[in-house]
Amino acid sequence: MTGRKPPGVFAAAATILRKDLRLELRTLETLTATLIFTTSTFVVFHFALSRDQLDGDLAAGVFWVTILFASALTINRLLANERSQGGYEALLLSPIDRNALLVAKVGFLFLALTVLEIFAFAAYTLLLLGPGLSTEMLALIPVCLLANLGLATIGTIVSALATDSNARELLVPLMTLPLFTPLLIAAAEATTPLLAIEPNVVDLGQWLGMMALYDAVFVLLASAIFEYIVED
Amino acid sequence: MATRQSDSRFFSSPTRGGNSPDHQFSRGLVPIAFGAAALLLLAGAMAFFYAPIDADQGMRQKIFYLHVPLAIVVLGGFVASGIMAIQYLRTRDRAWDLRSYVAIHLSLILGVAVLLTGAIWAKTSWGVYWEWKEPTLVSFLIVFLLYAVYQPMRFAIEDPDRQAQSAAVYAIVCGAFVPLNFMAVRMATSLVHPRVLSATGENMPGEMRLTFYTALIGFALLWVALWKFELTAKSLKMRLGKLRAQVVS
Repeated sequence: MTGRKPPGVFAAAATILRKDLRLELRTLETLTATLIFTTSTFVVFHFALSRDQLDGDLAAGVFWVTILFASALTINRLLANERSQGGYEALLLSPIDRNALLVAKVGFLFLALTVLEIFAFAAYTLLLLGPGLSTEMLALIPVCLLANLGLATIGTIVSALATDSNARELLVPLMTLPLFTPLLIAAAEATTPLLAIEPNVVDLGQWLGMMALYDAVFVLLASAIFEYIVED
Repeated sequence: MATRQSDSRFFSSPTRGGNSPDHQFSRGLVPIAFGAAALLLLAGAMAFFYAPIDADQGMRQKIFYLHVPLAIVVLGGFVASGIMAIQYLRTRDRAWDLRSYVAIHLSLILGVAVLLTGAIWAKTSWGVYWEWKEPTLVSFLIVFLLYAVYQPMRFAIEDPDRQAQSAAVYAIVCGAFVPLNFMAVRMATSLVHPRVLSATGENMPGEMRLTFYTALIGFALLWVALWKFELTAKSLKMRLGKLRAQVVS
């Protein structure tokens, strides 16, 4: 063992992320659960709003609220495997930067949300969405990516905070919903014109900028404080 | 019994620094409390006898001298608690954790008063208790809901060190969230509704502005006085608990 250097942040993060992805691919636990959840939510919205088809601001709002709730579900489980199987202690004992865990978990959550959104949007167009698919809807891609980065960063902080408490499932939605509100505002506002009956891509700039700023602040903040949450 | 147990978590490990913490918390409490009382009385008198009656809103506008300064002080208290939490993470001095905790606790209680006075003002000027198109009001509610989770989150953690640590991280995250949230909500609504509260800006008459600043300083001093009082009371209670435990054992 002598003379071996411990891996850098990103190398260690890649290892943890590979482990998480392999676990996910073998069980498909997160993806199936969140996908069933989003589809059920669409059905519930259909009855609650008694509408067969949605467009514009209503379509954007329903889509993003559903994604928000689904992400709370994923955040609950984010560190659960490590916690229940003792892998958490092993990670803390290993000679790696604590931020490797942050990068890996943000990466996992980001990927999980992105894949979920692809499937969820397909289900949405089949079930509820009024306007048919159009090239303007490609502008949803940057909106989703920026929103996912923010959701993943805040979600990882909240997950690490909640994992020590004995009321984890209760606290995660309570903490995430207010923290996600600015992202929800920007994402829903940016999505509204894209899901209108006649989709258009006007003035997305301010909302994308807003989300980018929000993401940047919380990425910086997370990298500065994460070591204090996972410290033992 | 349950509350005493949770209180004693702050000082379950010996505090650093020689002098007793309650003495350090109570320093200056009396003059600050009297200053707050004097300034708030003065601001109340100024609001009714010195500041002109608002041409547009009439007497209803007087609640502005209560609502707006209180809201600013509450938000300042939230952001200050984040800075105190940073101090805790840097120094590991439990006194900073206690300061941050009491700051959030106090701002949350005064936050209820802000929401109530806001609702009263909204009812008298716009005819509704709640106005979604007023970004300041909506942002305040979101911030209030976020900080309302601080206490349940904190006391759901058993281990006192982890509790202080997680609470500090949460306070810092929330502190950063406050300005960003105000920006986002304002962006979403500013184009729809005229800024009714722009009277706080430059176009306010001098007498109104002087009254407003008097009230603002008064409420800030009141916040500090209540904060110091609660800190002193809490640390005395903890010391009493410790002494009692020593006597029993």
